[in-house]
Formats: sequence, structure tokens, C-alpha cells
Amino acid sequence: GSLMMISARAFGDNAQMKEHHYTGPVEHKFSPYAFNGGTVLAVAGEDFALVASDTRLSEGYGIHSRDSPKCYKLTDTTVIGCSGFHGDCLTLTKIIEARLKMYKHSNNKNMTSGAIAAMLSTILYGKRFFPYYVYNIIGGLDEEGRGAVYSFDPVGSYQRDTYKAGGSASAMLQPLLDNQIGFKNMENVEQVPLTLEKAVQLVKDVFISAAERDVYTGDALKICIITKEGVREEIMPLRKD
Amino acid sequence: MALSNVLEPAGSGFNFENSTRNIVLENGSEEGKIKAPKPMKTGTTIAGVVYKDGVVLGADTRATSEEVVADKMCAKIHYIAPNIYCCGAGTAADTEKTTDMLSSNLTIFSMNSGRNPRVVMAVNILQDMLFRYRGMIGAHLILGGVDCTGSHLYTVGPYGSMDKVPYLAMGSGKLPAMGILEDRFKGNMDLEEAKALVSDAIHAGIMSDLGSGNNIDLCVITKEGVDYIRPHRESIYNYKRQAKYKYKPGTTPVLNKTVNQLELVHETVQMMETAGSS
Repeated sequence: GSLMMISARAFGDNAQMKEHHYTGPVEHKFSPYAFNGGTVLAVAGEDFALVASDTRLSEGYGIHSRDSPKCYKLTDTTVIGCSGFHGDCLTLTKIIEARLKMYKHSNNKNMTSGAIAAMLSTILYGKRFFPYYVYNIIGGLDEEGRGAVYSFDPVGSYQRDTYKAGGSASAMLQPLLDNQIGFKNMENVEQVPLTLEKAVQLVKDVFISAAERDVYTGDALKICIITKEGVREEIMPLRKD
Repeated sequence: MALSNVLEPAGSGFNFENSTRNIVLENGSEEGKIKAPKPMKTGTTIAGVVYKDGVVLGADTRATSEEVVADKMCAKIHYIAPNIYCCGAGTAADTEKTTDMLSSNLTIFSMNSGRNPRVVMAVNILQDMLFRYRGMIGAHLILGGVDCTGSHLYTVGPYGSMDKVPYLAMGSGKLPAMGILEDRFKGNMDLEEAKALVSDAIHAGIMSDLGSGNNIDLCVITKEGVDYIRPHRESIYNYKRQAKYKYKPGTTPVLNKTVNQLELVHETVQMMETAGSS
């Protein structure tokens, strides 16, 4: 089901590209939000999870940075991908990291992926009336060592998924993943379980396609691969234009 | 033959019949508010430079519809006359139709007078039309050409403004492109230098502006003729996908199949008056 309670349009006109015409006096209202672009993707396998993001940070038609990844490592078994308004992404990840430390000190163990997801939901809903403009996706291993993906909307509604795309090119990626990982709209196809190699190959291919058609996605792709050995990173270049 | 249900043919100028209806739809109640569809803009980098023997025009090839790339190989350098070409930025439909209309007008003039049109004529016709439409036509154009009075480069804005300049960039990527042009432009360059300058200016726009991208087209106009180089520089980003995404027949199952034989009912032969027969 759809988790999007609040659309990007609610975040104010400064989040959009400026029109070239000047057709009369325009009243400008200060908007506390900006849209910095970026796409995030997470896939859960039998004994692994992937969290991938592009590394472009943009605003309007301009590029702020070509090397600003959107995956943040939280623990040895959990990585979070955040896209939307970069200011809120940074603050939110700082808050999550602080809460992880507090939990570790009072409970003498690391938070599990499921626990982090539940906590993030309450943190986000705490700002229900002035939300964090962030689309979050958590990827990690659950207590049994199986891959887990949790996807969120800006105010904390979440669910566990097998795969999820978020951010500016999410509408382009999600249907392709539904077909290739979820085997939707196909019949007479052997439904082989997803291996790590196949998943990495698929993620690279879908990001190449997203960079072709979404102006906000590009520059480079960073994939965080989470297995019982820990978190490993792979980087691949994408279109820079 | 006149069908009773055929639509009224369009009159000249713009048709404002739907304006009141659109205002009502856009200002409807909170739930009923409907946003008008946005026309596709080219979000472009275009540039032009006058050199020793003529004019070099350049453009990128990306057309965007808000944040999605609608066309990766769009042609933004439009033919106006054998000696005049025009780069267009702004609303894609407006640049296409305006340049087409200008081209038709100048073709008629050429046939009447037996001469190639002058660049100033093209500029004046464009200015008249764009001013008349009060900026509603979103066409930001760079006109370049060589005529009996020399090589000329003009820019015409959507409100009808005009500027005659030796070098110029327009579109959403104009600032990075102008940076390159301001740095390296000099008068009386030779052909290779001029092509390299325009190409690098467009390249700066492609790398720094999200609305521009893909390939670079160039058009060199001299009194001998025109060299339309499409593409001059192809995009270097040619990432191959690692897997093959092909579907075997049967992936979309065939539920049932019916074959309707079409019967030949009646055959007639009618003689027609054509230009070949007499």
C-alpha cells in the first residue's frame, strides 16, 4: 500500500525549479524546506541487505556536490538511506546516532534493525506538525540474520519490505524492481531467490537507467552491502551531465 | 464532403475559449483543485559566436519535462533559411512553431524577391510576433546567419527584446557557458578555434546545469554554405547494463485467440483526375 501521506508539493514553492518568466509582482514567502534531490534504494536478500544511493546533491538546476552519498552507517548490521532536504537528513541522522549511543549505554547492547525502525517512526511522528522533509529507507539484518528493509514516509509511517526505492527517481525504479525482484506481471518464469551478485548487478543497472532520465540522479553510485561479516562499500560512476 | 460533426477549423491567433474554465478548475475547492499540465521546456544551453568567416551556433540535446528527461537527442538548432539558423531555448513547442513560422515567411519572401533573406529581416519578424503576444510565447532565441552585409548574431527574447552581439549564450545553462565565452572569446578567430570555443561553452553548461545534457550539436554558417554537425560531440557517458532484460514469449500469457476473417463484399474501380494524366 502507499505510505505517502504528504506529497513533496506541500513543502513550499522554494522546493521547485524557478520559472523563467517574470509576469508581474510575486509575493515570496520564506520556505524552511528545499529539495536537494537524490535517489535511495534498499534490497533485502536471504542473508544480506543492500542500501544504495546516488551521490549528487542539487538544488533547482544547480549542483552543490557530486560526492554527497545518502547512505549512513548506523551499526554493523544496519544502514539508513535518507533523501529529500539535506539539512533535515543531516540533523535526523545526528539524532539517530545519539539515540543509538544512549541505548547502548543503558542496555549494554546494540539496537537491532527492527528496533531502530520502530524508534525512527516515533522520532519522525514527534515532528508531525513541522515534519523532517526526509524519505528514509533502512536496510539491515534482522535478529535471525535475514535481510530486512524498512521504508518510511516523512512523518513516520513505516512497513517492512523486501525492496524499496525512495527519492527523486523512485517512481522510475520501483516498477522495475517489482518486476525483476517481485516477479510481478510475469508468468511462466522461474522464481529463483535473489543472490547477492544478482542483486548488486540489478542495482547498478537500474541506477544507470535512472541517471539517464532523472536530472537529479547521477555522478556516482554508492552501494553498502550488509552481511554477517559487516558492511562493505562499492562505488560506481554514473552520468555527470 | 462536409461531415455534420466536424469541428470548426481554428481561427488565427491563440484560442482563449478554455481560460475561464481553467481558472475555475485551478481555484477549485481544496479537494477539487486541479493543476494544469506543464508544457515541456527545453532547459537548455545554447551559444553562438561570430568568427572570421561566419557564425558558429551550438546547442545541447536534452529536453526536460520538469525533472524528467523527455528527449535525449532533441534538435535545438532550427533551419530558418539556407543562410540563417536559429537556436531555441524555453518552451519547446513555442520555439518549434515560431521558427517554423519564421522559416515559412522567409521562404515566401525569397520566392517573391529571388534573394536570400537578410538576418535583420528574420529578427524583425520575430520581434514583431513575440512583442504582439506579450511574452506569452516562451521562446528565447539565438539567430545566426551570413548574408550580403556580413555575418550576424542576434538574440531575441520572449517579450520581443533584441540584442546584436559577437558572442552569446542562452537557456538555463547560460551562466556557465557565458563564463567560458567571456574568458576565451576574441575577434576574428579561425574555424577550429571558434568550434572549440562554442563546444566548450556548451560542455560547461551540460556539466553544471541539470537542465542541459547529452550531446553537443554545432552549426557552422559561412557565405559558402552551412555545415550542420549533429552530433559534434557525443556524450561520453555510455554505461553498459550488466544484465540482459529480455522476456521470453509466454511471459505475458495469451488467454485466448480469435481470428476474424474479413470477407470481400464489394469492389469498385473509380477513375481519378491526377496531375500526371490529361
